[in-house]
Amino acid sequence: MIGFDESLLDDADETVRVRFTINGRKVACEVAPRETLVDCLRNVLELTGTHAGCEMGACGACLVQLDGRAVHACLMFTVQADGARIDTIEGLTESGVIADLQAEFHRRNALQCGFCTPGMLVNAHELLSQVTRPSREDIRDALSGNYCRCTGYEAIVDAIDAVAKARIESGGPT
Amino acid sequence: MSAPLTSLDRPNSYIGRSVPRPNAKRLLAGRGRYVSDLRLPRMLYAAFVRSPHSHAKIISIDAGRASALEGVHLVATGADLAKICTPWTGTLDHFKGMTSAPQLPLPLDRVVWAGQAVVAVVAESRAIAEDALELIEIDYEDLPIVADIDSAREAGGPLINPGSANNVCFRSQLDNGSVDDAFAHAAHVVEEEFCFGRHTAVTLEPRAIIADYDPAAGALTVHHATQTPYQFQDLYSRHYGLPEARVRVIATDIGGSFGMKLHVYHEDMAVVGLSILLGRPVKYVADRIESFVSDIQARDHRVRARMALDGKGEIQAMDVLDLTGIGAFSSYPRTSVVEGNQVIRLIGAPYRFKNYRATLEVIFQNKVQTSQYRAVGHPIACAVTERLVDMAAVKVGLDPFAIRAQNLIADDAYPQTSPTGYRFEALSHQACLKRLHEMMDYDALRSEQAELRKGGVYRGIGIAAFVEITNPSPAFYGVGGARISSQDGAIVSLTPSGEVRCLISVTEQGQGTEAIISQIVADQLGVAQEHVKVITGDTEVTPHGGATWACRGAGIGGETALQATRALRRNILEIAALILQEQPSALDIIDGEVVDAGTRNQRMPVSEIARIAYFRSDTLPPGTQAQLTVSQHFAPQGYPFAFTNGIQGCSLEVDVETGFIKMLKHFIVEDCGRVINPMLVDEQLRGGIVQGLGAALFEECRYSETGQLVNGSLADYLVPMPMEMPDIVIAHIETPTADTELGAKGCGEAGTAAASACVLNAVNDALTPFDATINSIPITPSKVLKALKRF
Repeated sequence: MIGFDESLLDDADETVRVRFTINGRKVACEVAPRETLVDCLRNVLELTGTHAGCEMGACGACLVQLDGRAVHACLMFTVQADGARIDTIEGLTESGVIADLQAEFHRRNALQCGFCTPGMLVNAHELLSQVTRPSREDIRDALSGNYCRCTGYEAIVDAIDAVAKARIESGGPT
Repeated sequence: MSAPLTSLDRPNSYIGRSVPRPNAKRLLAGRGRYVSDLRLPRMLYAAFVRSPHSHAKIISIDAGRASALEGVHLVATGADLAKICTPWTGTLDHFKGMTSAPQLPLPLDRVVWAGQAVVAVVAESRAIAEDALELIEIDYEDLPIVADIDSAREAGGPLINPGSANNVCFRSQLDNGSVDDAFAHAAHVVEEEFCFGRHTAVTLEPRAIIADYDPAAGALTVHHATQTPYQFQDLYSRHYGLPEARVRVIATDIGGSFGMKLHVYHEDMAVVGLSILLGRPVKYVADRIESFVSDIQARDHRVRARMALDGKGEIQAMDVLDLTGIGAFSSYPRTSVVEGNQVIRLIGAPYRFKNYRATLEVIFQNKVQTSQYRAVGHPIACAVTERLVDMAAVKVGLDPFAIRAQNLIADDAYPQTSPTGYRFEALSHQACLKRLHEMMDYDALRSEQAELRKGGVYRGIGIAAFVEITNPSPAFYGVGGARISSQDGAIVSLTPSGEVRCLISVTEQGQGTEAIISQIVADQLGVAQEHVKVITGDTEVTPHGGATWACRGAGIGGETALQATRALRRNILEIAALILQEQPSALDIIDGEVVDAGTRNQRMPVSEIARIAYFRSDTLPPGTQAQLTVSQHFAPQGYPFAFTNGIQGCSLEVDVETGFIKMLKHFIVEDCGRVINPMLVDEQLRGGIVQGLGAALFEECRYSETGQLVNGSLADYLVPMPMEMPDIVIAHIETPTADTELGAKGCGEAGTAAASACVLNAVNDALTPFDATINSIPITPSKVLKALKRF
């Protein structure tokens, strides 16, 4: 570029190469060190099912699975996820592991605007993979970091409760 | 169902059925398309420098270093945008005497609240734009701050708007009957001063907008996370001088609104101007911190109220003063006085008394604007009324249920006009009260309470009756000069393959608008719901209408869809009659088949009529022009509002050592007229109640004496989370409105309307043994301990 002033480049322009496995596929991307994982997922990788609600780990909208555990994508820098296996709502949907939760949420209308829903599902999936027979209290407690402004939570609790019971009846976790 | 049987109650009717929302599956798969997700070619990103002062003069702005930063395309000040955007004023003509200063996207010389956007930066990424903000230097000179209601009302105190006589935005007075006389002769008088803190919507998706101005076409497209695309089409057109037909507003999926996203925000108006200046798409998504200082806030009332009763406990009169602080401007285009107006008109609404006096004073302060948020005015009116009724019950020696049974308007006494001028078509307070009593198992709760008290466990039971405003006519905004429609429009088409497409002006925010519209269309046409596609939220595609607010989606949008579909059905049957050589009246449509009306024998599929009409019109009798697209508009007539009613109850436990309140169970009996989808109505009630419980127990925008918001993040501002919220038991009474065929009224405000009143009564009930009372919302642990004199 003619007349480009090198001095205008600052640290923000430096990028780091990060590699991870996202939804079962190997991905490499160049990110700024300050970029959070949620921004990378949404903006670089166009996985917009992961949402940013508070950017301080309070609302749960950005939950993804990192090496099998639910993690706030807004509280991690992308570079910290180098080498990790990440599953987002898109991947969890395609693989079918949360299909029963999604169907029950749909049947009971356990969502309205849907903005909290991917995070809720990631957390519900986490709970049911850790606890086979959660009480309603356990479910409410497990969701205590997932904010939903629309539903009042009861239908969400009902849906997770119903799926937990159905999984037991069908012989364990699917 | 207590509603009378009509054609809507046919066997297999979709009306009254809990079918899931077809559009929810996308959201469950992470395939929602929210404005915050969208990225357009050549799109740039805006960020704003915000004022650290709540009232100050802008002396100078130095943006030289910011403009020079690589990746920055534009730095714009108030003066830059004022050249292309005309100012707006948040007043309505029917609020006589109200004033508010003109507003611009960014201020010219003065900031009036801490957090107000002052300078805009547009850059290739949000991160670069934020880097540039750091390089902008603004010199301010402090001005006297008016942070609270009392200092704003002080004679001779500092003024927020130079040139005005005082800090009063609006004053209103109601006086009906003989209030002084009623109080003079009352056997009992109860009186209290109530405080209601500010809270805010905290939608999980913050405000988001992309403005995309194409200078070659002279056309503006705005992707806007809003409830009201038509209102914004009109405003962008008028304030930027663009022809209305060249402005398109698309409201896609939206991560919650609750009234918050139907107001004009300075940043949003600025983003439109920035796109016009640059000729490129510009995106702005508020972050959470920005939301707390720039989204409208709600409530902020101090109400002094008294109630007069006779010796038997009959309410004789009420006398009310509501002082409410709204920020430095009245918001646009719906103003910031509607809430106060509804407070003074809804107070006492469920009850029979006739003597009523109220004064409303709406006051400017150096804070962010307040304006309409879910259940506008209702929670204040309900809490004031219902607390006084409970206080009166104690004084007269009546149970809370008994005093209400004695004073609530009888179900057979309608129509009624309230002393505040509201006309009620038909409400069901007494039936709701009776049902709540059974549902709560009230007597058992009372004996359990008495038993537990002996062991030092303090439970409280509270109930609260309410009246809700829905289906607003032009009396709401149109008469005040606002270009906000009270009518809605629908275009219903039979597609060539025999499916149905409905374009409708009411919008979807997750409450299930598209689902209920498809239920109504499917039901009225006689086709399966999965063959109905509903399209909403695009001013270029859907007909102009009011869209969704103040609980008008089902009642007005639903009736529009019903009438449009009936017209399409007539047209389809006319063609069918020509083909089958029958009278149209001898035919009906069931499950997508034209049948004999009498025998229900199948004659031909609707898809066959579509095929013939679209592709073989030559086989129809000469002169036949099949009209398989029908458009219809509907504006409410008759009653200016379809009022609904209901009652809530709750049981909770107060820990008198810590002041913590545990919600045990919540109940609601609600009458929204005809229920189209019971599951969706129940979910509206639950969600509404939890928003009300948030306000009752947790939510408050806390300000310092200098007007600084001190808890503006989701770590500091408490919202209701799953573990604190109770299960909610719901029952319905159905009193359809006779103003429409459908008979539906709204249900979106009902939950929020009375939840905080219920909790206020229950907490006071729990504290009875301590002779402690609470009259302030939110009821935080420290307020409980203060009331108990333990803090």
